[in-house]
Amino acid sequence: MDDESRRCPSSEVRLQVNGTPYRLRLDNRTTLLDTLREHLDLTGAKKGCDHGQCGACTVLVDGRRSNSCLLLAVALDGAAVTTVEGLADGERLHPLQEAFLEHDAFQCGYCTPGQLCSAAGVLAEAADGMPSAVTPVGESPRLDGGEIRERMSGNLCRCGAYPNIVRAVQDTAQAGAAR
Amino acid sequence: MKGFDYRRAGDPAGAVAAVAAAPGARYLAGGTNLVDLMKLGVEAPDLLVDVGRALDDRIEEGPDGSVRIGAAVRNSDLAAHPAVRRRRPALSQALLAGASGQLRNTATVGGNLLQRTRCPYFQDITKPCNRRDPGSGCPAVEGAHRDLAILGASDQCVATHPSDMAVALAALDAEAVVLGTAGQRTVPVAELHRLPGDHPERETVLEHGDLITDVLLPALPPGARSGYRKARDRASYAFALASVAAVLEVREGSVHRVALAFGAVAARPWRARTAEEALRGAPATAESFARAADAELAAARPLRDNGYKVPLTRNLTVRLLTDLAEGASR
Repeated sequence: MDDESRRCPSSEVRLQVNGTPYRLRLDNRTTLLDTLREHLDLTGAKKGCDHGQCGACTVLVDGRRSNSCLLLAVALDGAAVTTVEGLADGERLHPLQEAFLEHDAFQCGYCTPGQLCSAAGVLAEAADGMPSAVTPVGESPRLDGGEIRERMSGNLCRCGAYPNIVRAVQDTAQAGAAR
Repeated sequence: MKGFDYRRAGDPAGAVAAVAAAPGARYLAGGTNLVDLMKLGVEAPDLLVDVGRALDDRIEEGPDGSVRIGAAVRNSDLAAHPAVRRRRPALSQALLAGASGQLRNTATVGGNLLQRTRCPYFQDITKPCNRRDPGSGCPAVEGAHRDLAILGASDQCVATHPSDMAVALAALDAEAVVLGTAGQRTVPVAELHRLPGDHPERETVLEHGDLITDVLLPALPPGARSGYRKARDRASYAFALASVAAVLEVREGSVHRVALAFGAVAARPWRARTAEEALRGAPATAESFARAADAELAAARPLRDNGYKVPLTRNLTVRLLTDLAEGASR
């Protein structure tokens, strides 16, 4: 091995992203976020803080929300990833996307892809009965405003669109429960 | 970030052999702290040995009520498990009080225990730090130490351990199962982390190559209740300024059994044995709880800007134990 490749070892990584399989050779240092943005041209997931503190990079990995800036792609070999680009069903927007439009749940929009993916994770987690810090012990979670604020606390919005984000998520949760 | 080799371990023993043989190797599991520290330059491994799939990710409840937790169990799954959620609310509450939904989905139990201090000087490689760079000094003693330790610190280091989960595990008498080159042993979680003394760079009792494979929770007596209470700067998604985990069993108005641990006040989850001693057999009243907390906190040596942690920790303790005692009498 020459010096250059010894300093930057790479690996072959298989990922399924929004239903499409990819086989990539990536520098081991590449995060999932950089893989999506720099290698797959999926720029929906945003790089905000790059330290897991803002949530703008949130995607679903094997159905669970995670900060893609803190995941090394090489460790995810074989995983299925859903980004904001994969939420809609063709031209039909995801109910959360419709609700964000309906409730004006953003201003600049930079945090929105992360908010949407995180909210999709919240709906799934609550449906699975996963508790949050505000869920009373022994009870199933009901996605009221308090639950949504607690569960979405890993997604910051510097425009301060929080009240409308909470309404959008709550509306979607209620519509889902009514179905 | 420096380049590194990556190897996925097939089993825990293979992982231990790989890391023990390479001084610059680190274990990778969830990576939520390690990857961040690599970006910051605090960690610069030349080999990552991924144990995310080699370690067990199951939770098993024994017939006696004890629980074995695989080290790769994600924080969110542990918080939701009935053996934790119903029987040991302190642990579920502590887990859910930490980090964010995204991070709890990713971070593992083993990694949570071994996460590093969030002291701002430790995380900034342009600053001295005895923990990161032995002998370089500790700017926190005179500098930004408002979030840092009041108990068990030294003039070399005033860092705190940031985990909520570990505080509850300490109060629940949890043990870490550690696999090393010499075989397997168990370490009480309350004794896993070292106090800084003259060697703050030695953060835990683990040797290079040691791997936490499981965490064991002993059975709880049926009458015991547990809880966790945390104070922080915002309502959610912030590290503790102070926190308390407790297990309490009251019989006929008196404390029959108590275990108490403080968080965010020391370099390890602080098992409050002096307070426990003061409480055994005492009336289960707010007065007893306050006296016991004061006895423990008599050892506190606050710095210029973190003296608030002393009354905060005492008040959290009194409130939590009072709530548990009232719940127990219902």
